[in-house]
Amino acid sequence: MSTALVAALIGLADDHLILGHRLSEWCGHAPMLEEDLAMPNIALDLIGQARGLYTYAGELEGAGRDEDTLAFGRLERAYRNLLICELPNGDFAQTMLRQFYFATFMHLFWQKVECSTDTTLAAIAAKAVKEAQYHRRHCAEWVIRLGDGTDESAVRMHEAVTLLAPYTGEFFIADPEAGGAVAAGVLPQIQTLQPAWQADVEQVFAAAKLALPQAVYAQKGGRRGLHTEAMGHLLAQLQFMQRSFPDMTW
Amino acid sequence: MVAFQARRAWEAAAAVLDPEVPAVTVADLGILRAVDIDDQGRAVAQVTPTYSGCPAVLAIELAIEAALRQAGFDPVIERVLAPAWTTDWITEEGREKLRAYGIAPPVGGSSSKRALFGEITVACPRCAAVDTSKLSEFGSTACKAQYSCNACHEPFDYFKCI
Repeated sequence: MSTALVAALIGLADDHLILGHRLSEWCGHAPMLEEDLAMPNIALDLIGQARGLYTYAGELEGAGRDEDTLAFGRLERAYRNLLICELPNGDFAQTMLRQFYFATFMHLFWQKVECSTDTTLAAIAAKAVKEAQYHRRHCAEWVIRLGDGTDESAVRMHEAVTLLAPYTGEFFIADPEAGGAVAAGVLPQIQTLQPAWQADVEQVFAAAKLALPQAVYAQKGGRRGLHTEAMGHLLAQLQFMQRSFPDMTW
Repeated sequence: MVAFQARRAWEAAAAVLDPEVPAVTVADLGILRAVDIDDQGRAVAQVTPTYSGCPAVLAIELAIEAALRQAGFDPVIERVLAPAWTTDWITEEGREKLRAYGIAPPVGGSSSKRALFGEITVACPRCAAVDTSKLSEFGSTACKAQYSCNACHEPFDYFKCI
């Protein structure tokens, strides 16, 4: 189980690193000062969670890979993040909706992991669950404010809903690597989180006067290392220093 | 002898100030869990991270290591994840120091969800008025939110309840 668990944890860490990196791109570009603080703060939380997961995965693997090697030293196909995490930010509405989807999902996920049979993961979850819930509420407020806001903001939020619709199905596709860990009670069965996620989204959409997206074909492949064209460009920036000066430290 | 050394090592490590909130020590914040002398005579400091995204964790660990070395110990830093740190680990003295520094401390029993979401009364650290408003859920560091006092009109930081 250990090798598979390492792969599953790396996938989970990749979600957080890649989305944290994306979110950090807003630093200095947010529509207002409070959001210029909020988005990099959320990004910091995500990258912090990624560090904990990478470090633990590296320890379990026992092959000498640490958080830096895992974050910076792999090729595109070795990253196992969900596709939604690597999508370009788009406008503020798209960024907030994506963050709302992800935080809602992770809040449910970490709640389950808090009761994991693995005490290290349970400890990481105990902290992350509150952070995810904090992010969820912040982003839900923006989804409501923009969806039920001006004509312009409502149009933008509707467009974001349509644009992201193909990417939410992947949340609930079981990671083939996680099978053993799920059976052992280390990680939750991901499909069981779907109804609660859906109910939460429906509630916020109702308040935001947003129509739920039409059922569409779910884009998938992230967990198998098959990425969108955006991923290579993201990695080029993320890995630049380590590729230029291997093993450099600050 | 070992007990005496352990106490001396604790005192050296416990005096380290938080780099982002230099009004409180790592012991006040509950980040320093324990310092023991192991069978090789090394001082083992158990340090727990606060917020997942706290960029100060490494700086804190290095500062504790340096403080122990300066006190003549051979330091080892151990990162302890469980039980997870919450704002309930901040001591009473730490809360007072935060208030005096101008940061509203987390409200007691603070790891509750109600407190995390600010559905509680945050008193102004300057004039103690309870008529305050939240300006932003995110502040200058990962651990703070921004508030403003409606009585004395001073903006202030609130230590988030995690």
